[in-house]
Amino acid sequence: MLKIRIIPTLLYKNPTLVKGISFDSWRRVGTVIQAVKVYNMREVDELVFLDITATDEQREPDYSLIDDIADECFMPLTVGGGVRSVDDIKHLLDVGADKVSINTAAIQNPNLINEAAEIFGSQCIVVSIDYKKNNFGKLEVFSNSGKIPTNLEPYEWAREVEKRGAGEILLTSIERDGTLTGYDIDTLKKVSENVGIPVIASGGAGNYDDMYKILSQTKVTAIAAASIFHFTEQTPKEAKKYLKLKGFAVRIL
Amino acid sequence: MNLTAIIDYKMGNLDSVKRAVEECGGKAIITNNSTDIEIAARIILPGVGAFPTGMENLINLNLLDVIKEQALEKKIPFLGICLGMQLIATKGFEFNETEGLNLIAGEVIKLQSHNGERIPHIGWNEIHFIQNSKLLDGIINGTDFYFVHSYHFVCENEKNIIAKTPYCGEFNSIIGKDNIWGTQFHPEKSQKYGFKLLKNFLNM
Repeated sequence: MLKIRIIPTLLYKNPTLVKGISFDSWRRVGTVIQAVKVYNMREVDELVFLDITATDEQREPDYSLIDDIADECFMPLTVGGGVRSVDDIKHLLDVGADKVSINTAAIQNPNLINEAAEIFGSQCIVVSIDYKKNNFGKLEVFSNSGKIPTNLEPYEWAREVEKRGAGEILLTSIERDGTLTGYDIDTLKKVSENVGIPVIASGGAGNYDDMYKILSQTKVTAIAAASIFHFTEQTPKEAKKYLKLKGFAVRIL
Repeated sequence: MNLTAIIDYKMGNLDSVKRAVEECGGKAIITNNSTDIEIAARIILPGVGAFPTGMENLINLNLLDVIKEQALEKKIPFLGICLGMQLIATKGFEFNETEGLNLIAGEVIKLQSHNGERIPHIGWNEIHFIQNSKLLDGIINGTDFYFVHSYHFVCENEKNIIAKTPYCGEFNSIIGKDNIWGTQFHPEKSQKYGFKLLKNFLNM
């Protein structure tokens, strides 16, 4: 049986890892290589690494850093941040990413999803979707690390990226991000029930029960989390033990 | 020289395979040079991406003959990983019908959701042994490995099936024939037991 994945998210803001609240108030949480080594030793299911300022600084991904990360990472690695073209994706896969996450570039040029899926296969193209309530109280997708409104509705956009060939969706509630108050069950439920590709829940995990709730009430197949692992004593391994007791298939070594 | 040639045909993520081989105590080069491949003690064909592009690249790099000669005539140990496993089929049906390397008879077709399974199949899933294999020494039946794929290998001959994985019904997760093996999962990303499998291959 396919196991639920618990995925620590590493957010990189040159030169360190950070974690904020609702995509703001960033706190430094350590160095990248150190974190990757620790997670590698703990044999976590997968890692997501996002360079959160690359797009806004109009930088390309830091390939040599990602090369170094991949050298320490004998587990599946998804890399995002600053990815603008098929060449960027190729370069990231070359230096050791297993999957590449695109966000702003997919919104600006949706055809990038089609092209990338055709060349590299859907299985390594993750589209990351960040959303929050806009001034009219409606959910809206935001690009550029949550800064720029896009007029896209998350559920519609998720369907569209699937149609264009995305292999997975990383769906993040900006409002829940870093708050440790639990995942946005309603939106994750709606999106995960209406696409046929895997959806990774992101934003808000504060304890193991939040993970249980999102897994039992929606069709997400993986959960990403950051603050809970950075700022509390809780760990991916203990989370999986908890979920196993609740009847979920997890990988426990 | 006990060297493993990791074939570079521009289909991504070769470095992880090299690092994993080295971590397992082996020596590896990433190459698309026929001479390197001829002198290597064994071959790994890794790969991420689409079947037609993979074959096109192998053809453009003039690698078909040397791969076939090494694997089928000289019978040196050969391991295909993920797309590399799929390319050893007779043909593939991703986008267009495309001829494969035909090292093990079979076809590569898309996974079909039976019970609401999501495609691509992404994550950790178990393998169930169908027959014994040296590749599985020290690995327990039912161990989880990391998968990330939308297509799967259907063997023409059932005796080439070494392990199956329950998803979308079930599919072949390890195939093998004489000196040639393929894993649909990524041993280089499957931590402890992935390394065990690679070590077993390096000892062939």
